[in-house]
Amino acid sequence: MTAFLDIAGLTKAYPGVVANDDVSFAIQPGEVHALLGENGAGKSTMVKMIYGLVRPDAGHMTLRGQPYAPSEPSAARAAGVAMVFQHFSLFEALDVAENVTLGMEKPPRMRDLARRIAEVSETYGLPLDPGRKVGDLSAGERQRVEIIRCLLQDPKLLIMDEPTSVLTPQEVEILFHTLRKLSAEGTAILYISHKLEEIRALCDAATILRRGKVVGSCTPREVSAAEMAEMMVGKSLSAPRRAATEAGPPLLHVQNLNLTPATPFGTPLRNIGFTVHAGEVLGIGGVAGNGQDELLAALSGETLSARGSVSLDDEDISQMGPDARRERGLCSAPEERIGHAAAPDMSLTENAVLTAKLRRGLAHGGFIDWRAAEDFAREVIASFDVRTPGPQVAARALSGGNLQKYVIGREMLQDPRVLVVNQPTWGVDASAAASIRQAILDLAGSGSAVLVISQDLDELLEISDRFAALNEGRLSAPKDARGLTMEQIGLMLGGAHDMHEAEVVHASA
Amino acid sequence: MLRLEKRPNPSRAWAIGTPVLAVILTMIAGGALFAALGKDPVEAIRLIFWDPLFNERVASFSRPQLLVKAGPLILIAIGLSLGFRAGIWNIGAEGQYIIGAICGAAFGLAFYPSESIFLFPAMVIVGTLGGLLWAMIPGVLKTVFRTNEILVSLLLVYVAEAILALAATGFLRNPEGMGFPGSRNLARHPGTDNPELIANTGMHWGVIAAFVAVIAAYVLLNRHLFGYQVKLAGQAPRAARFHGVSPNALILTCMGISGALAGMAGLFEVTGPAGQITIDFNVGYGFTAIIVAFLGRLHPVGILFAGLLMALTYIGGELAQLMLGLPASAIQVFQGMLLFFLLALDVLSNYRIRIGGRAAA
Amino acid sequence: MFGIDPVTLAAALIAASTPILLAAIGELVVEKSGVLNLGVEGMMIMGAICGFIACVTTGSPWLGFVAGAAGGAALSLIFGVLTQFLLSNQVATGLALTLFGLGMSALMGEDYTGINPPLTPKLFPEALRQLEVVGPILFGHDLIVYLSVALVAAVAWGLARTRTGLIIRAVGENHDAAHSLGYKVIRIRILAILFGGACAGLGGAYLSLVRVPSWTEGMTAGAGWIALAIVVFASWRPWRALIGAYLFGGIAALQLRLQAAQIDIPVALLDASPYIVTIIVLVIISTDRTRAALNAPAALGRVFHASG
Repeated sequence: MTAFLDIAGLTKAYPGVVANDDVSFAIQPGEVHALLGENGAGKSTMVKMIYGLVRPDAGHMTLRGQPYAPSEPSAARAAGVAMVFQHFSLFEALDVAENVTLGMEKPPRMRDLARRIAEVSETYGLPLDPGRKVGDLSAGERQRVEIIRCLLQDPKLLIMDEPTSVLTPQEVEILFHTLRKLSAEGTAILYISHKLEEIRALCDAATILRRGKVVGSCTPREVSAAEMAEMMVGKSLSAPRRAATEAGPPLLHVQNLNLTPATPFGTPLRNIGFTVHAGEVLGIGGVAGNGQDELLAALSGETLSARGSVSLDDEDISQMGPDARRERGLCSAPEERIGHAAAPDMSLTENAVLTAKLRRGLAHGGFIDWRAAEDFAREVIASFDVRTPGPQVAARALSGGNLQKYVIGREMLQDPRVLVVNQPTWGVDASAAASIRQAILDLAGSGSAVLVISQDLDELLEISDRFAALNEGRLSAPKDARGLTMEQIGLMLGGAHDMHEAEVVHASA
Repeated sequence: MLRLEKRPNPSRAWAIGTPVLAVILTMIAGGALFAALGKDPVEAIRLIFWDPLFNERVASFSRPQLLVKAGPLILIAIGLSLGFRAGIWNIGAEGQYIIGAICGAAFGLAFYPSESIFLFPAMVIVGTLGGLLWAMIPGVLKTVFRTNEILVSLLLVYVAEAILALAATGFLRNPEGMGFPGSRNLARHPGTDNPELIANTGMHWGVIAAFVAVIAAYVLLNRHLFGYQVKLAGQAPRAARFHGVSPNALILTCMGISGALAGMAGLFEVTGPAGQITIDFNVGYGFTAIIVAFLGRLHPVGILFAGLLMALTYIGGELAQLMLGLPASAIQVFQGMLLFFLLALDVLSNYRIRIGGRAAA
Repeated sequence: MFGIDPVTLAAALIAASTPILLAAIGELVVEKSGVLNLGVEGMMIMGAICGFIACVTTGSPWLGFVAGAAGGAALSLIFGVLTQFLLSNQVATGLALTLFGLGMSALMGEDYTGINPPLTPKLFPEALRQLEVVGPILFGHDLIVYLSVALVAAVAWGLARTRTGLIIRAVGENHDAAHSLGYKVIRIRILAILFGGACAGLGGAYLSLVRVPSWTEGMTAGAGWIALAIVVFASWRPWRALIGAYLFGGIAALQLRLQAAQIDIPVALLDASPYIVTIIVLVIISTDRTRAALNAPAALGRVFHASG
């Protein structure tokens, strides 16, 4: 049997980095093939080449025995290749049907399309209303829009880029049923992920990338997760250590926090309440778009809330701006590094002033002490192993992982009494992620209160003392994190969200 | 095939190089335009850029004009540059300039024929406040209602021009002017005049104010938190909020500063070089200052040079008009071209141009 | 009231509105594709002079209108190249376009002041135009007036119902997503910019050939800026742009008649009234934040650069 897609020696270089170096592998018809690797290993570039978004510098591809070199996505789609993006290629202000038709080569009339959307969603257990605006959908529903868009074109190869990062555990199960069904019907699936257990549960074969090169291949069901992890990372990583600490007095207290969203498609916060104690890590889990950004903004002081809703040390801080909160010891690190936690075109020294001017005395009488700022930037770079030529470098020149270390380090070195972080290790390679988690635990160990908002449940279970789930702007009651199972967490996160029981059963049948 | 590739760090060399290259390209394209108009291009370029400064026969007249014309341009452009950096687009400086002049002149004329030495400083303050308040209209509307400040500030120029017409023909008309439109001459009356401080230099109080503004803006942008916040808000608005900048306060401050400086420039102009409120005493400095701000790359020192250069094109343009019969509007086209080239070349400081995969710039 | 006949006022209103309506409907499409072109004033005045020169030279108003549209489009191409290929700031480039257009048109029009262009014929026969009330209002205009209304209908239908319209909206909503689906963001935007330039140019030509009809420097007098304001007023909906333009045209026509009627209101205030009313309308519209935000193209004014 010839391979469905044969990739031979693909190479793609960008200035300063070789994204893919002589990569070869083959995907069989109906096979679920995993492309495994850390952030920055070259997975995204690889699939962009298969989908016609990027042209390889060298190497060639063969599709069903024919030479295959798509010059643009429509050529790839015409050849039967479809793709579900990690960052969805959706249009919030348009409705589901319009979004679907935009991704199709030969779209049917709108009337027929609505009917076909209904058919496909019935067949694969992916309920979706064609007339709804995508901006009003949850992350899981948005993914269904993308999948249905692909399925309507009857693809022979479906590429899925990190599809589970936005799903609850229950939604992941439903997705896997869909994918297995497709695979059984003969559709090949290229499944990109860095989550090892998922790959073991779903995939027939795996190709492992590291720094742009193929470093191994395996049959995931036959090897352990640890073996795959070692191939992926190149070394074995130790789990973070935590000092056994007793929770101290309450530091950050939130009650009856309600906020209406500032943007049309934002999430409202509904009656949120929790307390974080000294020496404790409170983990807040949730699928993307359930109010994480809004919660961080309400705590950092970017959005003000009703009197009495946020207090620090029994002092009401809900009407104070970011600086007043920092002065009192509340530091925060938002999810979006570029443009929110840091200004991309400013140097690391200038970015040091962004949050640390008060607690580190980087300004006197309104005038900035640039020497002190540079010293502080150097200190962050040295203490958090930020790989950069120096503090004069623009933030945008740093890799995601290095900038994240800089941002986290900048807050931690201000000796905060309460630290709020959103997605501390998102898009960060495994060793950097491990060091950031260790730093969080060390900070809590030194008596600070830490609130970690994350979509990575494994991460939260690893570092939190207590766990709460954020779902459509509501926060569940925090529970002791030890002993929580994935299933319990999944239910706290809203289970299969708005899917009805019957449909879930139908999908798993 | 040409491709653009983002530089990891903005290029400092190109930040300085682009304005120079833009001027050179404008000279070439402008020369072609003049040739198309049937004028000798080399002669025209020499008349515009060289003769006003170095031709003995005209320089004694035109050299002082350089400061006279550069003063208001620099003063207004400095104010605008702060807002432009922060992403706040006050493009109605022309209106604030007019209103500043009217307010200051009205205040001075109210005390006519007082020759008090306090009168002129008070007029400067009133003129500045007039420009500030006029700029506060788009500022407040933006902060309270989110109304687009670009459109409001620009539309208010037309309203200001209507008020100017009313002033020149009505409430400020010279009672001894035999019915002609225009106010009393402020420049020829001690107490309300803004005199040439050093003979034959063109130096007046407005020029001094412009230099002070350049220095103040330089310090503000490089050393002070306010300048830092302005830059931050322009580059990364969310990061600015996270830092603790109140967007509304920043809008009002930037609009206020730019309006105040434009109003001040208007007052200095109407009490000095223009001399009186007339229906068309304003000659578009408020708009040309936008070009000056960009040509100077929104940098105070850059604006200083850009203001002088733009003043030169005004003076040289008049000279070319006189000597070659070059239409007055040709110089306006010339200034527009300069801005185009500058914006087009700006790409070089943030991107590399690659040809077939190799770096070319 | 003040001896002003409502029928002639209504007819004048439509004629006064047409240049702004044309410019506004063009800019609406441009903004729907995610591009903010503030150079409408410059493109209008270029259209005014190009159309005027072509009409006077050839004697044909129709060639004049074609030349006006071409002049506006040519100027908009500069904007397109600068903002789409050279990634320049759209606000600054739009301003540059206006400053350049004002200068260039003055230069081109040096020898054309004080000339009357050939008359643009009315579309309908005399008999229809003589009808009571409906005659002057509905049948009393030239082809361009009807074309402008047809254009609004075409844009409204095209944006909402056709695939081209859907793609334009998608590009304006999220250019990165559109790019990843394989749409040519830059090409689509350049075409939208050219359409906007042609519409503005046509509007300008209507001003110099029909509305005034003669050439004077700076004769657009802020019409381009008012067209931009009307797009905001319309919340990017074509039919509302028509309402906005007619509202503005009504005020312009009314204030001219009040001036002629020598009402005891300062002329300066009447001159300024269209601009003041536009500002007031802008304020009223922007108070309703959620609706404005819902219709605004999400990628408006943002620079698109495909990495990788």
